[in-house]
Amino acid sequence: MKNETPDAAPTDIAVVQFKPLKGDIDANVFVLSEIFAQLSVAPPAIVALPEACLTGYFLEGAVYELAMSADAFAHTLHAAWRSGAGADAGAVDVVCGFFENADGTFYNSALYATIGGAEPRLTHVHRKMFLPTYGVFDEDRFLSRGRHLGVFASAFGSAAILICEDAWHSIMPTVAALKGARLLFVPSASPGRGLSGSGELESVAHWKSILRASASEHGVYVVYAGLTGFEGGKGMSGSSCIISPAGTFVVEAPALDACILRAQLDPAEFEVARATLPLLGDLAGVLPDLWFDAEIPLPKRVENG
Amino acid sequence: MLPVIEPPAVDPLAALAIDGAVTTAWLQAFLRDEMLTRRKIDRAVLGLSGGIDSAVVAYLCARALGPQNVYAIRMPYRTSSADSLHDAQLVIDALGINAQTIEISDAVDGYLRYAPDADARRRGNVMARMRMLTLFDQSAALGALPVGTGNKTERLMGYFTWHADDTPPVNPIGDLFKTQVWALARYLEVPVRVIDKAPSADLEANQTDESDLGITYAKADQILSLILAGYRDAAIVARGSSAAEVQLVRGRVDGTHWKRHLPTTALVSGTAINEFYLRPVDY
Repeated sequence: MKNETPDAAPTDIAVVQFKPLKGDIDANVFVLSEIFAQLSVAPPAIVALPEACLTGYFLEGAVYELAMSADAFAHTLHAAWRSGAGADAGAVDVVCGFFENADGTFYNSALYATIGGAEPRLTHVHRKMFLPTYGVFDEDRFLSRGRHLGVFASAFGSAAILICEDAWHSIMPTVAALKGARLLFVPSASPGRGLSGSGELESVAHWKSILRASASEHGVYVVYAGLTGFEGGKGMSGSSCIISPAGTFVVEAPALDACILRAQLDPAEFEVARATLPLLGDLAGVLPDLWFDAEIPLPKRVENG
Repeated sequence: MLPVIEPPAVDPLAALAIDGAVTTAWLQAFLRDEMLTRRKIDRAVLGLSGGIDSAVVAYLCARALGPQNVYAIRMPYRTSSADSLHDAQLVIDALGINAQTIEISDAVDGYLRYAPDADARRRGNVMARMRMLTLFDQSAALGALPVGTGNKTERLMGYFTWHADDTPPVNPIGDLFKTQVWALARYLEVPVRVIDKAPSADLEANQTDESDLGITYAKADQILSLILAGYRDAAIVARGSSAAEVQLVRGRVDGTHWKRHLPTTALVSGTAINEFYLRPVDY
């Protein structure tokens, strides 16, 4: 019998490729409120913002001066939305990276919250699990790593957040997809490097290949929000994009300009991609054989008694 | 018999190839961000030697800020080559940037009267430091930011005067090897004469960088890029350089790490600047 269930409506999404002033949260909130005002003319269901959005990324010891609690950050975004879109504007979901002060423990985090209306509602906080500490990066010196990859209900259904290097480890989108995510938010702050590529930086090309592989292997939408602008000579490479579950780039931003991407996340695309290439279902079947392989160097569970 | 397919021969300089358009756009954005956004300064001042490095920086500054906001200072010493002034003029004319010539001979000789036994190396260092003194004073006079012109090869080889050539607060080409500066110059259409002439610090007559260094830039860059990527000497030799060449380059890099740092400060507290107290340069 033919399925007569009406198709679910697409979800409007905006990706804000943000260019912060280093360390100046008030100035960045003001700029964000102006962006919110622009978006409120035709408000999307979800607004995705980059990693370390309102502070800049390379903070070193200043991270302790600028980090705030997830609740305080949600209220900051809420106030920016009400300031820009108006106190009477409807609510909007937002995913945004920030440095989190969780009772004196500091994380590179991103939250998913509903802002606008009377009060913000915090749905989920992801604490970055893979802290790059090599080359130009020094996160593990200043921050603690998250211990959990959670999946939560977004305006498009189950979603997960992977912050920057989290997305470089293919096991992360794999686990998120196995846990039901059909949408991956990837807030990022990536210093661009490598000039020998044709038409774009090598680091940008590498990012795109990773993101596209995650989307097409698991049949998930990938929403990548990149920070842009220079930080002490290190140029954040922007290049925000939305990739369909079939691995198609729906919309892409340039590297070096602040801008807004608008698109729709279409449940039909998600369903067709999963049906056409059912790799995730195959993986779920094979996973126990892979996971419980004694040759994988995992700590053994100690049974009591 | 099946055909055997092997990897193509590797061009040792292929890893140094750059996309001129991407590089130019990135460095222009860097200059605009560092100067206009961060420092609110829309004028650049640079020493224009007639060589390729300062020519490329002049081109980048003119693109980023507009030629009317670029001030080129020629600072010849009395023994400097006349060709240098001429070649600098080619760049000035091609770009339509502001230009001034300030002879440093009197100032340099005024000091050297107290150091009559100074050898060529010391005299060269005095000239380099006098040029930087001049550039910074002109920056104050013009309300312009000094822009550096040192490339990655000379930085790595220690082939510069400490706290002279490396002093300007921003440098768009300091992470480009010399061969990459040449490639960028061709993309930017720097006058061919400037691109093709032998690089020289022009501190002494008939001086060239490559004779000073004892190795060509092409070979040095090939070896430097492998050293920086983490290859050991034997692996670099296996990739087409002689042991003597590798030793020469490795020796210069290892002997000059100090030149790429600020002065060493005795650490006596738990709040030592840039050791415990860490804040980024743009914070």
